[in-house]
Amino acid sequence: MTYTTLSPAGSAAPPETERRASRDLMRRVRWKPAEIVFWLVAAASFFLLPDRHLLLSEIVILGLFALSLDLIIGYAGVVSLGHGAFFGLGAYAAGLTSIHLTGEPLTGLAIGGLAAGLLGLLTGPLLLLRASDLTRLMVTLGIAMLLLEAANRAAWLTGGADGLQGVMIDPLFGRFEFDLFGTTAYAYCLVVTFVTFLIARRVVSSPYGLSLRAIRDNALRARSMGIPVGPRILGIYAFSALIAGLAGALLTQTTMFVSLDVLAFHRSADVLLVLVLGGVGYLYGGLVGALVFKLLQDWFSAITPEYWMFWMGLVLLVVVLIGRDRIDAAPRALLRRIRGEGRA
Amino acid sequence: MLRGTGDCMPGNAPMLTILIDGIAYGMLLFVMASGLAVTLGLMNFVNLAHGAFAMIGGYVTALAVNRLGVPFVLTLPLAFLVSALVGVLAERTLYARLYRRSHLDQVLFSIALVFMAVAAADWSLGSSQMLISLPGWLQGRFEVAGVDIGRYRAFLIVVCAALVIGLQLVLTRTAFGARLRAAVDDQRAARGLGINVGGIFAATFAVGSGLAGLGGALGIEIMGLDPTFPLKIMVYVLIVVTIGGTATLTGPFLAALIIGTADVAGKYYIPELGAFLIYLLMIALLILRPQGLIAPAR
Amino acid sequence: MQRRSLLLGAVLAASTALAGMPALAAGGEPFKVGLILPMTGAFASTGRQIEAAAKLYIAQHGDEVAGRKIELIVKDDAGVADTTKRVAQELIVRDKVGVIAGFGLTPLAMATAPLATRAKVPAVVMAAATSSITEASPYVVRTSYTTPQVTSKIAEWAAQQGIKRAITVVSDYGPGIDAEKTFVASFGAAGGEVPQTLRVPLQNPDFSPFLQKVVDAKPDAIFVFVPSGVGAQFMKQFVERGLDKSGVKLLADGGITDDDILNGMGDPALAAITGFHYSAAHDSDANRAFVEAFQSANSGMRPNFMAVGGYDGMHAIYAALEKTGGDSEGDKLIGAMKGLSWESPRGPVSLDPETRDIVQNVYLRRVERRDDQLWNVEFETFEAVKDPGKTGS
Repeated sequence: MTYTTLSPAGSAAPPETERRASRDLMRRVRWKPAEIVFWLVAAASFFLLPDRHLLLSEIVILGLFALSLDLIIGYAGVVSLGHGAFFGLGAYAAGLTSIHLTGEPLTGLAIGGLAAGLLGLLTGPLLLLRASDLTRLMVTLGIAMLLLEAANRAAWLTGGADGLQGVMIDPLFGRFEFDLFGTTAYAYCLVVTFVTFLIARRVVSSPYGLSLRAIRDNALRARSMGIPVGPRILGIYAFSALIAGLAGALLTQTTMFVSLDVLAFHRSADVLLVLVLGGVGYLYGGLVGALVFKLLQDWFSAITPEYWMFWMGLVLLVVVLIGRDRIDAAPRALLRRIRGEGRA
Repeated sequence: MLRGTGDCMPGNAPMLTILIDGIAYGMLLFVMASGLAVTLGLMNFVNLAHGAFAMIGGYVTALAVNRLGVPFVLTLPLAFLVSALVGVLAERTLYARLYRRSHLDQVLFSIALVFMAVAAADWSLGSSQMLISLPGWLQGRFEVAGVDIGRYRAFLIVVCAALVIGLQLVLTRTAFGARLRAAVDDQRAARGLGINVGGIFAATFAVGSGLAGLGGALGIEIMGLDPTFPLKIMVYVLIVVTIGGTATLTGPFLAALIIGTADVAGKYYIPELGAFLIYLLMIALLILRPQGLIAPAR
Repeated sequence: MQRRSLLLGAVLAASTALAGMPALAAGGEPFKVGLILPMTGAFASTGRQIEAAAKLYIAQHGDEVAGRKIELIVKDDAGVADTTKRVAQELIVRDKVGVIAGFGLTPLAMATAPLATRAKVPAVVMAAATSSITEASPYVVRTSYTTPQVTSKIAEWAAQQGIKRAITVVSDYGPGIDAEKTFVASFGAAGGEVPQTLRVPLQNPDFSPFLQKVVDAKPDAIFVFVPSGVGAQFMKQFVERGLDKSGVKLLADGGITDDDILNGMGDPALAAITGFHYSAAHDSDANRAFVEAFQSANSGMRPNFMAVGGYDGMHAIYAALEKTGGDSEGDKLIGAMKGLSWESPRGPVSLDPETRDIVQNVYLRRVERRDDQLWNVEFETFEAVKDPGKTGS
């Protein structure tokens, strides 16, 4: 279904509806002040926190991975426990590229993303079964586990459990070497994530993205409206897989190592956890969740290397019990109180 | 007298022995998964912390056997009761608040519980494998019509079969079972009929957790026990519940048997497939019957 | 103008010189050891043992070496390789550690090796057991063991005992396959035959189909390699099938009767004949003192081979620092570590100057019950075994 143009000529809807619809769309596309602040802070972190670049890179990579999951969970309503498959495939593709093809980072990045996107396209149709959420969840899990076992078997290619040796990444643009402090790595990850985010944002604010939301809310009704549900879901799934692959490739390139662990179940579980923590469906959830989770983990782990999991669980429990709505509403309520008092 | 395995003729006997091994393993999986099947089907609650209750039951048995010297078989009802108790407490204080929340929130909640359970077990009991010694009469093998059967496997089959029959009887023959089935089919209508759905939830959750605990206790010999047990067992249990469907108990039962035997037989006859088999099987079964082996009657 | 630029030049030169010689500038500056271990997750018991052993060493030998105070920083990597690398990098760059140590699994060590080379910081491997680790960087030193080191001797001993046909049963992952290949090669070289090689999936709760195959094939012996926690399950199912009474000898890498859990394994463990580099029952004064001190400091927990790897790793660090007189420059420390030899609780050990790998005794042991506890009792010794994975078997 082609979206009717916003020009009054040739449209069947009354001009008032048209205007409202276009205003709505424009509002989605326009940048909110909070978003600008977010990215400014992210950029500032590069300059203000020079000795935390390693942790920040890890956060950004996880955030990008969670962003990819948000695209399918938050916007298409498909829950996946196997997204680690795309992450891992991207990671291995980038690693193998650097060994057999070229150490140029952007090439490896692109190949990682494309490989994962391809796998997404191939396995996507399985999601379109007339099935419950749980079934789709387990199918995605199964695919991820199969890929893990395949990588284990193909140890001649992947290095098996010991990991892939000899991953060497050339300096970025021939000038910026991946240094010991992780500075180049962080800048690289941040820029890639930002660019990917821009693209993803464009996609979800577009009519295409809106149709996805319609599908998420009620697939049957969406279909009756003429939206091609199957191809749309497939499309966003492949796109999401591609981004997950990019995240995996970034991990390999910044650590110069990849082992079976990138395909382990805990990757898929962690990313789901992080996304739900940050909030589903507004694109920033993955990034926020990754930031909060990793910072907490790092902090707890420094205090108690053995039992940090307990405190992490406790924090998550409290967050869930309080509920996202109340947590989201808190800053707004505070602002209102401040403003309200000012006005009164 | 235990006849040496050297007297065994290869051919028929290994196949049947493998079959029995697989059935025992499958039944163990079922006992662990049944609780999850019911809570998922009844309360529509994604409880990824189900494995933690299995772990509790396992540790109760291990501690009772190792430190208190309680005979193994007597610890089994104890494992059931303690897990059930913890289940009821958790349900009334924590789970009940999340019934109306989205599935994703429930996932976050249950994973948080697992984190805490794993770390707590680690802190109180150490991170090493917890081992128990079975009583003599459960060790070793015996022979029936030329087929070698492990005693513990036979014990598992008997106990689990009894549980399955018991559960089925409760579901179909008791008033509680009738009310439970009504609540599963249509919660609102059941409430409208005056059925105390909240009470049923609590009772069912308790029994489900208790069964998980019992499964954990029975599984120590076969699967081992350590603080990461909830994470290890969750994938298998989810597979059983998904393939079997959550509308009935028979579905997961069949699914568990299929998985148990296929896993064991596959490794014996087609070892090259190894770990692929169980996931391939699951994907194939889910493609063939996406609603589960025994789909809900619509 | 000229004087100012001269002054500036002098200051710059001095600061560069100072930056390049941290030890001189420091004098009494603390020497930090970054211990990166899996403290949570499936391999947490490894982390516990090594951490306890490292702390014991420091408690016993004091926290000062050659005028420098030793500071131990323990970090958890949960067994995830990119975490290990990041934590190692942070330790080197932010905490400025003089040496990184630990490495509970091979990929964790492999991921960090290039970092050690780049930063010129010694990496002491206290747990991981794959041969190629020490070849991944000239700054890697190992105090644990290698799988081929131990497996090759088990195979040799088996052939000496007249065992002709042996089947291998290993977990289907890197270390397991390494063990299988080494056994097949060594056993074959000694005149034995391996008619079947069985590989068990790593996430495998049930050994019955594989044991059934062993029953069918009726070999003289089986050689087993499984990760340490799983060994108990395997032993139980081995005995449950009556295989221990059927004349099939059970030979295994010592991880199967890991001292950490041996006592809880019960009678089924008595069937195993294992080859390994450390037993808590090793008959020497040094070991008895070690075990006693370890148990009293850790609520009766028995030390295992991981602990002794950690203990000896700390010794290597201390001895090297002593030798360099407190100079913590990476190259000097590595140079000092090469060729070190000492009496460890496990027996005499040394660090091979060419490969930086550990050279130690390999013992054949039986499980026996003494004072109502199970111990790995050594009955044969192969002395000063080098890692055949490098020198070729």
